[in-house]
Amino acid sequence: MILPATSLVPGEASGPVFALSQPLSFWGGFDATSGRIIDRSHPQVGARLSAHVLLMTAGRGSSSGSSVLAEAIRFRTAPCAIVLLTRDAIVTVGAIVATELYRSSCPVVLARDSDWPALAAASRLVIIASNKAASLAVDPEG
Amino acid sequence: MSIVFADLDSDLLGGRHGPAAQFAMTLLVRFAEAVGASKFIDAEAAHIDGCLYHGQVSLDFVERVVELGGHVRIPTTLNVGSIDLIHPELFRGDADLRASGVRLMHAHEQLGCIPTFTCAPYQTMFRPRFGAQIAWAESNAIVFANSVIGARTNRYGDFVDLCCALTGRVPFYGLHVTENRRARILVEISAVPTEWLDATQTCVAVGYLIGRLCGERIPAIVGLPEASDDDLKALGAVAASAGAVGMFHAVGVTPEADTLHDAFQGSPPEDTIELGPDDLRGVIRCLSTVSDGAALTAVSLGTPHFSLDECARLVTLLSTGPPAKVDVYVSTSRDILHELTARGWVELIEAAGLTLVVDTCTYVTAVMRDLTGVVMTNSGKWAYYAPGNIGVEVAFGSLADCIASARAGQVVRAGP
Repeated sequence: MILPATSLVPGEASGPVFALSQPLSFWGGFDATSGRIIDRSHPQVGARLSAHVLLMTAGRGSSSGSSVLAEAIRFRTAPCAIVLLTRDAIVTVGAIVATELYRSSCPVVLARDSDWPALAAASRLVIIASNKAASLAVDPEG
Repeated sequence: MSIVFADLDSDLLGGRHGPAAQFAMTLLVRFAEAVGASKFIDAEAAHIDGCLYHGQVSLDFVERVVELGGHVRIPTTLNVGSIDLIHPELFRGDADLRASGVRLMHAHEQLGCIPTFTCAPYQTMFRPRFGAQIAWAESNAIVFANSVIGARTNRYGDFVDLCCALTGRVPFYGLHVTENRRARILVEISAVPTEWLDATQTCVAVGYLIGRLCGERIPAIVGLPEASDDDLKALGAVAASAGAVGMFHAVGVTPEADTLHDAFQGSPPEDTIELGPDDLRGVIRCLSTVSDGAALTAVSLGTPHFSLDECARLVTLLSTGPPAKVDVYVSTSRDILHELTARGWVELIEAAGLTLVVDTCTYVTAVMRDLTGVVMTNSGKWAYYAPGNIGVEVAFGSLADCIASARAGQVVRAGP
């Protein structure tokens, strides 16, 4: 199944899906060194996000999240791609800056509301995002 | 969706204002596309959250702009850095981190930013006017500017804030637009706990709950007890920590909410949330990870940075009673430190055994001497972030509770 999406930060990635059960603030909630969730009030605390396609319905928390995400992309501990349900400036900027400074991409795309259940149920996603458009391949064969 | 460029935008993109402004505008255009803005407008001022060292990326970005000969085009204040430059001896981290932190703060000064180094720029002479279009970062400052002052900013983050400062332009979307500032959720406080004598704890509890329950939808609060600017500051700070709140209205209190009709701009609420005394007590209880009576390691005050009023209340509490048995840190701005010095309050605060911290904050850098035990705070924001950030147990209480506990060496309540 191939689903269309809006491209926010271009790039290509594929990986297992990690769906956040609650919004996460990268700053104060995520450790760029280990790639893990450290917010003790988050139900998924301790989970490692590295190399996963991260699904988040909305962003949260302090504006310093962009730096934490960019640093994690530099360290290669970040999610390999981020799929949003609502536009989030903090995530978008972190990913754009890492692309500008390090040529190390973490595509960010905006999915359609109606596709969310299928995305959250997927085990693996392939994301192809150009400057103009994006597509999400759900549980591709092989 | 395509962006309509003004002549200035095209000049910036074409490099007519130098390569740094060109780099900044290029990034700003991609950001504007990502958030769906259709044009740019002038920003009157900026507040930059990029001088806290988060790692190599912080320096790489700013030093790229310095190399390109960048200079801010509008008055630009700075948020906290990693180092207290006035009391550098307070820093307990390693030498590399210190050097990088200092370098980052100075690089921002090289760009022409004003070295305020405070998370409460609304407590400086650069407080914006009602209606001003600004580009601010720092989540508590954003909420305060929008809600309490009626200035207009989105929740800008690192990098974008500096790009706005370097270009003097800001994408026109979100809270810059009048219609988007209307409330969506009605928050009705039916009653507050009768044992709470002032609005301080109510504001923290309500802030936490609107953060948790409203997401980024703007709430209009009805029934908030008479609150000071400092109470509203605390409300916004914890709301922006627990959620994505960029603005709130408090009917009869904040400037765009004289009436419920004004707050909602005539539209009906999408949702209504009722809060009673038990809801509010529950939040205050859950902000503490330990019980009363627990032994204390330290007390941390001033998140966001203490105002002059809060320092005055502190000085009153310190004027009678024994000195503190545990470390007490008070974070504020270098401007307010200057004022404290002029009033002779610095000696008074230090004689009581307290440590003043400026330019930074105790939960974002290595300042506190001992992190092995319980730290008490009067800040909902500090209580929310410190367990994850610096790994301490937390007790939450009023300023009076904090001082009484510092003197007792354990968590106690000051009583009415």
